[in-house]
Amino acid sequence: MSAMPGVVAINTFREAVRDRVLYNLIFFALLMIGAAILVGQISVGIERIVIINLGLSAISLFGLVMAIFIGVGLVYKEMERRTLYSLLSKPVKRWEFIVGKYAGLLLTLAVNTAFMTLGLVAALLYVSHHFQRSDGSIFIAIYFILLELALVTAFALFFSCFSSPMLSTLFTIGFYIAGVFANDIRNFGELAHKPALGAVTRGLYYILPNFHNFNSIAAAAHGDAIPLSLVGQNTLYAVLYVAVTLLASSAVFSGRNLK
Amino acid sequence: MTSPAIEISGLTKDYPVGFWRKRMRRSLDNLTLQVEEGEIFGFLGPNGAGKTTTLKLLMGLIYPTSGTARVRGRSIDDVAMHREIGYLPEQPYFYDYLTARELLDYFARIFGFSAKERGERIARFLERVGLADAAGIQLRKFSKGMLQRVGIAQAILHDPRIVFLDEPMSGLDPLGRREVRDIILDLKREGRTVFFSTHILSDAEMLCDRVAVLLNGKLQGVGAPGDIVSMELHGMEILFELGDGQALPRRFADRATVTGRRCRIEVPEAELYPVIEELRRCEARILSVSALRPTLEDYFFGLVGREKTASHGVEVNAR
Repeated sequence: MSAMPGVVAINTFREAVRDRVLYNLIFFALLMIGAAILVGQISVGIERIVIINLGLSAISLFGLVMAIFIGVGLVYKEMERRTLYSLLSKPVKRWEFIVGKYAGLLLTLAVNTAFMTLGLVAALLYVSHHFQRSDGSIFIAIYFILLELALVTAFALFFSCFSSPMLSTLFTIGFYIAGVFANDIRNFGELAHKPALGAVTRGLYYILPNFHNFNSIAAAAHGDAIPLSLVGQNTLYAVLYVAVTLLASSAVFSGRNLK
Repeated sequence: MTSPAIEISGLTKDYPVGFWRKRMRRSLDNLTLQVEEGEIFGFLGPNGAGKTTTLKLLMGLIYPTSGTARVRGRSIDDVAMHREIGYLPEQPYFYDYLTARELLDYFARIFGFSAKERGERIARFLERVGLADAAGIQLRKFSKGMLQRVGIAQAILHDPRIVFLDEPMSGLDPLGRREVRDIILDLKREGRTVFFSTHILSDAEMLCDRVAVLLNGKLQGVGAPGDIVSMELHGMEILFELGDGQALPRRFADRATVTGRRCRIEVPEAELYPVIEELRRCEARILSVSALRPTLEDYFFGLVGREKTASHGVEVNAR
């Protein structure tokens, strides 16, 4: 296995952690988790549910903001600023660059998510002073959020290979929203009782990333167990989807003439 | 038999232009040339001649419309070829959040150097380009000249056999230009091949074993600077100084350039001695006498002038 993606990934991570915007986002996420304590205190009897719900939502939301806004500039910015010229004149294959950039942002997101998880754990301990057995679902929900971010990052990177950050942001958000409602799109086609429309919506259902299955926030908040089969299924789904998207990104980027 | 350092055959690059990108503009037209091992090769031409396009094609940053190129016997499509080359892009821009040391460390990691070797190389090459004191400063605080220097350091960090430099003197002060010239000559002494593009002709004349001249994407000529331009004398230049109260002889008045008491005239070779004799008679002090030969610059302007005349001719005929 080539070491190049690792070298590129470490530099991408370094770029992200030296960006002040990132710290602002983490600060706001932790602020939101902190605010959940206040909201929890006025929600008699359901403090834990409110804190877990708001905390996990904050982790998901701010993670998505980072994945999209950093992801859409990953390749485009390097092409626009011509920082790629020196890098690609060295023995670095274009696919290695793509995989490295992706891995670097994923590492950044994982570290940020870890920080925000610490904030949530601290908020929970502050309210109830102990952990319950069912709190394990919180960590599975966070793992699902990470898988979701891995998918969104792959899309953002893919669009970044051929369009401007503005368009890539619109495309990625569009894909994400469509993916959240993938089940509804299929159901709509079936309810319409029109074979052609049904075929189209079924096709969309299979093509679009299905983000519905990655949302376990409500289950974690209510202490419901999350089946291990879902963990395996979501992991496999995300890995395959990311692999295909990275392959497509590499193919697009390998054919590009740099400006 | 050893293969040439660089072998370019029929390299052509068209760019789509216009809103629908259906029209094509030819940026490089059927370029064929060879560069031998150990040469300093100058790639000359005005802005927009196709020099940077050629270098980007050789680096695999853009793809040719047609034609092929080989570097040390390897196709330019072969990424392994990049182990043997170094490249300084035109107006280089690097990751500005990194310090000079971090940037070089990043690139050195790509070549698989150990931590100890990376540290040693980085210190040596930063010293070589005069940036040892700026090693820990973020690149966003670097001047254009400093960026050019760090660009040269990253191009030669891994001891490449061939170094491609795109306008290496651009943005440098006279001292910096001299240092870059010294680095290029050092590279030649170490047996490396240097291929550099420039529009500063005096640099090419001073450094290059051979040059190629490119104009509007087309190769105009390849050869040693002395072969490309005729060595025939254009005339003689006399620099002299007039004494106090002395007037410039009337017959030189219309062709002399006068700065204070110092005068400069150009005369045909056959008139040199009679003119010197006449200047002596009027007690002028001769400061220097030198031969006027055409320079690469004259050749270059001649080409550009001919090209303009030709294109004007087409416009007139079209009307």
